[in-house]
Amino acid sequence: MTDWLGPEEWKAVALSLRVALWATLASLPLGVLTAHALARWTFPGKHVLNGLVHLPLILPPVVTGYLLLLTFGIRGPVGALLADWGIVLAFRWTGAALAAGIMAFPLMVRAIRLSIEAIDPKLEQAGATLGASPLWVFATVTLPMALPGIVAGAILAFAKAMGEFGATITFVSNIPGQTRTIPSAIHAFLQVPGGEGSAMKLVIVSVAVAMAALLGSEVIARRVAARVGGA
Amino acid sequence: MLSVALRHAFAGFTLDIAFTAPPGITALFGRSGAGKTSIVNAVAGLLRPDAGRIAAGEWVLLDTDAGIRLAPHRRRVGYVFQEGRLFPHLSVRQNLRYGAWFAPRGAVREDFGRVVEMLGLGPLLDRGPGALSGGEKQRVAIGRALLAAPRLILADEPLAALDEGRKAEILPYFERLRDEVAVPILYVSHAASEVARLATTVVALDAGRVVAQGPAAAVLGDPAITPAGARAAGAVLAARIVAHHDDGLTELEAGGWPLFLPRFAGQPGAAVRIRIAAHDVIVARTRPEGLSALNILPGTVAEVRPGEGPGAIVALDTPAGRLLARVTRRSAAALGLVPGVAAHAVMKSVAIAPADVGAGPRGPHVPRPGP
Repeated sequence: MTDWLGPEEWKAVALSLRVALWATLASLPLGVLTAHALARWTFPGKHVLNGLVHLPLILPPVVTGYLLLLTFGIRGPVGALLADWGIVLAFRWTGAALAAGIMAFPLMVRAIRLSIEAIDPKLEQAGATLGASPLWVFATVTLPMALPGIVAGAILAFAKAMGEFGATITFVSNIPGQTRTIPSAIHAFLQVPGGEGSAMKLVIVSVAVAMAALLGSEVIARRVAARVGGA
Repeated sequence: MLSVALRHAFAGFTLDIAFTAPPGITALFGRSGAGKTSIVNAVAGLLRPDAGRIAAGEWVLLDTDAGIRLAPHRRRVGYVFQEGRLFPHLSVRQNLRYGAWFAPRGAVREDFGRVVEMLGLGPLLDRGPGALSGGEKQRVAIGRALLAAPRLILADEPLAALDEGRKAEILPYFERLRDEVAVPILYVSHAASEVARLATTVVALDAGRVVAQGPAAAVLGDPAITPAGARAAGAVLAARIVAHHDDGLTELEAGGWPLFLPRFAGQPGAAVRIRIAAHDVIVARTRPEGLSALNILPGTVAEVRPGEGPGAIVALDTPAGRLLARVTRRSAAALGLVPGVAAHAVMKSVAIAPADVGAGPRGPHVPRPGP
């Protein structure tokens, strides 16, 4: 694989995998919590939260990227605070992960929310009458029963994070080895004469990763669903 | 002893009830919409009533005046739902053990093996709930509630979703529960035969009000109380099996009088309770001769309750216990049936189906030590 891919291309693939993995893993707990809140809780401002979660899906990615730069840039309100603790996101791979995570968040939350809404609340009530506190009901009934949706949401988010371009390039630019993910690399290769070959290899890698993610999520979701369904 | 007092306004209907439930099975008996399920949901904490007080002995689950509202998971009720509500992602064994895990350390627990044996769950333990029949699911649901170390068991029409055969399969388990477990059981039902078989105490409900409460024989033997409709009226007799005869009949003894019923299972000497539907009883002023009916009990008319239609329900006090007879108002007038007159109750043996015969309580309850 490393022979077939040049060092530049390999760097882009490795970086993309790292960015997408961190984006998915870091946002998963928050995604499950948000999905549970939207599916089951009643609180003021629920519609606002729902809108905020879906915003990255509707906004132009460049706008999201620019807003991230304004917020998390070194002079941004959050970025300056984080910089005091030595955490810099702008123009770093961690920033790329943040951008990818935010762009993938709506897809993740949507998949998990649907699977939580599909659980009969009467089962959660049954858990409560058997002595399980709301947190334990969530851990022992809601979470395991929503597992197929959580797996599907995570894989969907991973694939989306692998392909994120607009917000990433606006927020963290296109620095080889630091923020040049597969889409950015393809874009860069296409700007220079003779770069089509490298671009095509990365296109093939993208297609392969996306297909593998989709097939993998199908298989896992089906297995989990069979177990959860008690069949 | 469980005491419940509740007031709650629903759209177009108010629940306003108070009753006490001694050990054994207390049946909340009434037609659909009478508020039975709302009451058990309020006891379980799944419904927040406008006002009320619910206490199991000293232990207060709800007292709106004192600002006490225990969360459902702190109430320690074992709830057997109509639809079972087993966790589909857990095996039968894991479903059964679920509640025990959350029970307080000092709680008095039922023994897992004993419950599994009592409910016949042994062969099911490693299966998933999806592979169980309706009757098996309800048995697991009963076991799950029982093993959560509850102080109180709630059962909301646990047999309603089952066909007749399955009902007959589950009823004996509730009889065992009533006789072998010292926890009070609140049992919701609209079926007169179920209530007659199981209930120690009956709380009759109509349109959100308690219309009668007391020992099962007294409430079911009151001709004024027909929450399931006059057609379903029927009294309950306590009897003892004397012998099984070769001609297919079982001889019983109730209050010193013999009764002959179609054969049913049971050891001679065993206590049983029989439900005798009011429409299966004929009333005669003099002892009839040359009649095919085997069971003729002398008695005194206690009450005559005319219905809305052509019928009336006559309550007869006999040595075997209180009986109800459904007759026409015309017959009641023609025979001069008024309280105090002597009359005979005539029952055809074959009218009483084996499903109307249940196990009687096996002596006094042994209270479990409280935690």
